[in-house]
Amino acid sequence: MKSRYVTSLAALGALLAAGAAGTGQASAKDLTLCWAAWDPANALVELSKDFEAKSGIKMKFEFVPWPNFADRMLNELNSGGKLCDLMIGDSQWIGGAAENGQYVKLNDFFDKEGIKMDDFIPATVVGYAEWPKNSPNYWALPAFGDVVGWSYRKDWFARPELQAEFKQKYGRDLAVPKTFAELKDIAEFFQKRQIDGKTVYGAAIYTERGSEGVTMGVMDVLYSFGFQYENPAKPYDLEGYVNSAKAVKGLEFYKQLYDCCTPPGHSDAYMSEDIDVYKSGQVALHMNFAFTWPGINADANVGGDKSGYFPNPAGPDGVAFAQLGGQGISVVSASEKKDDALAYIKWFAQPEIQQKWWQMGGYSALRKVVEDPGFATSQPYAQTFLDSMAIVKDFWAEPSYASLLQAAQKRFHDYVVAGQGSAQDALDGLVKDWTQVFDDEGKY
Amino acid sequence: MLQSSVDRVAEATPHAIARRMHGLSDRALAWLFVAPSIVLLLAVNIFPLIWTIRLSFTNFRVNRPNAEVEFIGLKNYLNILSDRDIWLTMQATAHFLIWTIVLQVLIGFALAFLINKKFRGNDLWTTIIVLPMMLSPAVVGNFWTFLYQPQIGLFNYAVGFLTGADPSSFSMIGDVSLAPWAIIIVDTWMWTPFVMLICLAGLRSIPASIYEAAECDRASKWRQFWTITIPLVLPFLMLAVLFRGIENFKMFDLVVQLTGGGPGSVTELTSINLKREAFEKWRTGYASAYAVILFVTVFGLASIYVKALNKVKQR
Repeated sequence: MKSRYVTSLAALGALLAAGAAGTGQASAKDLTLCWAAWDPANALVELSKDFEAKSGIKMKFEFVPWPNFADRMLNELNSGGKLCDLMIGDSQWIGGAAENGQYVKLNDFFDKEGIKMDDFIPATVVGYAEWPKNSPNYWALPAFGDVVGWSYRKDWFARPELQAEFKQKYGRDLAVPKTFAELKDIAEFFQKRQIDGKTVYGAAIYTERGSEGVTMGVMDVLYSFGFQYENPAKPYDLEGYVNSAKAVKGLEFYKQLYDCCTPPGHSDAYMSEDIDVYKSGQVALHMNFAFTWPGINADANVGGDKSGYFPNPAGPDGVAFAQLGGQGISVVSASEKKDDALAYIKWFAQPEIQQKWWQMGGYSALRKVVEDPGFATSQPYAQTFLDSMAIVKDFWAEPSYASLLQAAQKRFHDYVVAGQGSAQDALDGLVKDWTQVFDDEGKY
Repeated sequence: MLQSSVDRVAEATPHAIARRMHGLSDRALAWLFVAPSIVLLLAVNIFPLIWTIRLSFTNFRVNRPNAEVEFIGLKNYLNILSDRDIWLTMQATAHFLIWTIVLQVLIGFALAFLINKKFRGNDLWTTIIVLPMMLSPAVVGNFWTFLYQPQIGLFNYAVGFLTGADPSSFSMIGDVSLAPWAIIIVDTWMWTPFVMLICLAGLRSIPASIYEAAECDRASKWRQFWTITIPLVLPFLMLAVLFRGIENFKMFDLVVQLTGGGPGSVTELTSINLKREAFEKWRTGYASAYAVILFVTVFGLASIYVKALNKVKQR
């Protein structure tokens, strides 16, 4: 009896010891990467299997849908949570995360491992990695290049009867627009048109209120119309730049585009709503981030030769800019596995991994990948991606970016969708809001 | 002789514990038993409230752990009370609150009155009517966005069918004048059954003998309704108004799913606005002051209302 008792006790002890060892091993040899829940994240899961195989470190992923991504992840960073070891955070977070010590500064690591920022697309380095901007202080490795551009129904554009009707009406060919004015003509031309027995509409644009949607759409037009965030000679001097006459014209244009040419009920649309509208064959033109293009290209309904891609057209002065999207990958300061997290970044920065990343649907920001002679023809949208990345501008990346963004969301949605006040009122109000934010920040 | 359960417990209690408890008064014992609950209440309710009040006098931002926290007196309160946008959200909340309560009380009472009659299938109809309130507000908000969809939405189709209007010519959640009504319709659809159940409880609590006496006195049905039914159901109705009022004052999930506060800011209720200040702009001190103002408003109104309710009950 006694021996059975001792045997049972020994077995229990062995079991507990094994369990403890297992737990210890799991906590030492796994990493959690946090990002948005979208197609590129799924590609990254696949890509990371190579890292797991080579390092023996198990990768865990925490993906949050875009509308809640900022809320959830900024809460995590602000509370010093240890959920995420690696964060692929939005470009605008970089200022706050750097100044509040939420990301690990990577300069020493880059120097030690021979990772050079010159090897990446310059706009992505400034947008995703640097704080303060245009200074050699790096808080992330450019991970996913993204930019707003357009996809369009190439098959509809090619129809002879539509070509003839368009030429008769506008005196030019129905082709990819070179200016926003031309884009609006095309959108108006398709609005409520019957194609294959279905009523179709002009354009799907960003109008979402809750997170950042309407701002990301409006800014594309404002940049190209001559909007500037501040006086280039005097930082945070907004009056006359944010609400310049050119900016007012740009905002008025966006509202006209919303009023004339969007599908019914398109009052709260962002990335997923726009892609749904386009893939279901309802619109001729579709504004969205480049990450949507691989999905469009592969879509049974609108993919392949049915769709084409083009960067933002020019504004009245002939200049074109595009809103930067995309993210860098950072190591979270609160993580207890910083060395393993850095090992992941080292692995991810390798040219062959970046090449694989592009092939799997991730937009690599490594110049060796995108400047490869075969890159531009590797996918139907690759050249448009390159052209768009060459004209990017980004929203404020200040530590107070959230307040600046929310003010823009309110002012733009109030005017564009709700039709309250004038464009001048909206931008004057925005100057007031942003000035207040910067005043609170002690910038004046 | 049979032992009482108290005696049995006393006998079973270990001597050491019994000796320790010996000499404790009933009052002390009562405190001993309620102490865990009080500690829990203090930890999860009272302490956060006091902490919020403290933060409301500062410029604290939770996303700036390294920034110096300054005491700024009543500045947050003054800024909030003089902010035109906040008054607009208050107006949007008042519009939502008043109309949902009016509609839910009228329809809920009417349904309760009908369900209270004995007819075939009574139980089945009651079950069907209460179904909406069993759903999650997020789910309800989500599927009503489809019902309101101008091209495929059943709601637009029904309105088009009844009025002859083109269903895709109007957008319930995209139009500034319709969106406030869109959220009222959904909340009324979802929560009228709750008011109905409370009213039904009130109607069923009225003794039949009162109506019989009224019949003997040859009181008309109309008179019975106004002099018996309404006064006796009134405390229940007032209770329903209190519950729905408090719930709708803090309405968040349903409206966020439906409109996200838009178009523009016409359906941005105070709770949504407060969430934006606290967790999107990260103005923690400011949002704390905002929360305190809302708390005082709800607490004050609810206290006055409860006093009125007690007076009605005493009549």
